[in-house]
Amino acid sequence: MTEVEQVTIPGQSLWREGLLRLRANRFALICGCVVSLIATFCFLSPVLPIADYAVQNRDLGPTPPSLDHWLGTDTLGRDLLSRILFGGQISFKVGFVATFTALLIGVTYGMVSGFIGGALDRFMMRFIDILYPLPFTIFVILLLSIVEERSMTLIYIAIGAVEWLSMARIIRGEVLSLKKNAFIEAAQSLGQSNFKILLKHIFPNLLGTIIVYTTLTIPSVMLLESFISFLGLGVQPPMTSWGDLIKNGADFMEEYPWMLIGPAVFFSVTLFSLNFFGDALRDALDPRSED
Amino acid sequence: MSLFWFIVKRIVESLPVLFAIVTLSFIMIKMAPGGPFDGEKQTDPLVLEMLNAQYGLDQPLSSQYTRFISNLFKGELGPSTNYPSWSVEEIIASKLPVSIELGLYSFILALFLGSGIGALSAVRPNSLYDYLPMSTSMLGICLPSFVIGPLLLLVFSLHFQWFNVQGWNFPQDKVLPVCTLALFYTAFIARLTRSSLIEVLGKDYIRTAIAKGVSPLRTIVVHGLRNAFSPVISYLGPALAGLISGSFVVETIFQLPGLGRFFVLSAMNRDVSLTIGVVLFYAVLILAFNLMVDILLVFMNPKRRFND
Repeated sequence: MTEVEQVTIPGQSLWREGLLRLRANRFALICGCVVSLIATFCFLSPVLPIADYAVQNRDLGPTPPSLDHWLGTDTLGRDLLSRILFGGQISFKVGFVATFTALLIGVTYGMVSGFIGGALDRFMMRFIDILYPLPFTIFVILLLSIVEERSMTLIYIAIGAVEWLSMARIIRGEVLSLKKNAFIEAAQSLGQSNFKILLKHIFPNLLGTIIVYTTLTIPSVMLLESFISFLGLGVQPPMTSWGDLIKNGADFMEEYPWMLIGPAVFFSVTLFSLNFFGDALRDALDPRSED
Repeated sequence: MSLFWFIVKRIVESLPVLFAIVTLSFIMIKMAPGGPFDGEKQTDPLVLEMLNAQYGLDQPLSSQYTRFISNLFKGELGPSTNYPSWSVEEIIASKLPVSIELGLYSFILALFLGSGIGALSAVRPNSLYDYLPMSTSMLGICLPSFVIGPLLLLVFSLHFQWFNVQGWNFPQDKVLPVCTLALFYTAFIARLTRSSLIEVLGKDYIRTAIAKGVSPLRTIVVHGLRNAFSPVISYLGPALAGLISGSFVVETIFQLPGLGRFFVLSAMNRDVSLTIGVVLFYAVLILAFNLMVDILLVFMNPKRRFND
């Protein structure tokens, strides 16, 4: 008697295929791990056994990296490692929240514009065309330089308001091609409302694109935030962010170069890894798209 | 649509945009707490009143706004509250040359070096001539100017002492700021050129050109680059906007007496006419440049028409 071996071939979903493609890209995986590691350490910094980021030690002053302070101390004797981790927490927070703001506006706008179509679509896209070339960074700078109290909320909103435009364009394009599918027609002929179709049939199919562009938007948001902080328009002391730390380091780089090098390395590695991981994710989940 | 009507249409379209920009900036500055004459020390109330009256700041906001707009239609931005004896136009004109020079050199460097490097990588894809420049350019994209600038200063000015740390007086003073500002755009244009040229070089007409004996250089430049250049040209508009805001940072790093740094200061000082003047100047510059880019795109590719 021979037993018949049962062979089941599991169906490959698009997600699974995407993950497999991503797993093949070793370097991108390493980049992803690096970012998660840095982010984890930043968010765990309050409970890690390191010095407080705000405690000053003026007698100590600036010291180069040592066993007590792995990355040295700044001009006020504050431990640089804990300042970098805390600043990173702020930078990541801005990155996540502002990206989410941009996502919320952009995805809604793009979905409505693409799905409704017609005159409304033309009007909404014309609006974006007009806004697109405007010097938004200048507006962000203007907004942040005139307010007395620069709260985190304001920074989130200001950055989110800049980044949603390209998101809306991409989503609209996706919706336009999704709309032609038979399952949308089926849902329509079954009498489902537009809102339900958008939520149940269009949105799940957009998730891949959304994830990819979220990953790619986070580094550009973080860049914009540090850009603003570098101009002295970001978070206010004793809070800090990576841009603020780099600015501080640049001011003292002649005498105390480690004050610049530490934050600059953390920032650049994070940005590089996020960009690289995002690119790989796009190649994996969305093989049709080009640069 | 003819070229003339295309230009007219675009100008008409951009007028409400410019109007919205001016109004928005006006509201933003006026909503902000504090006025232009708040200083470190308390100003005499009588003096303050006189100053406010002199600049019309004692009138209600609506009449301040209408006066500002009607002045704008006459082509006047009004006096600056921070620099009483200067008009806004004079101040912008005095600060502009440094910013223009910085921006223009960076722009030219990024365009030529970037497309050159991109073309070189595209000719031999997946070789050392491709990997080396492309991984360097990825670095250039990820390292922001405010990291590169101080690092360049640290190495070339402080360590090797080849350049001055700051200033804009001698030709060699311009090297580091221009490189800092241009790096990102050089890298980006290199990547754009590469991917676009690789696609074009696979086309039939390139094979035809090689087959009929056109020299390799001519094939790549005339037949290849000319057709591959549209994405790069389209990117020039956003690149200019980025160069302008990037120059704010570069001017801060190298302590240059340019318009960007000045703009941030004027906004902080609630100098309405000066701030709006600078915003308006940049907006007009960018809109005009985008119009030029769109016209150029049609000339480069006759398949495009002016009406889309």
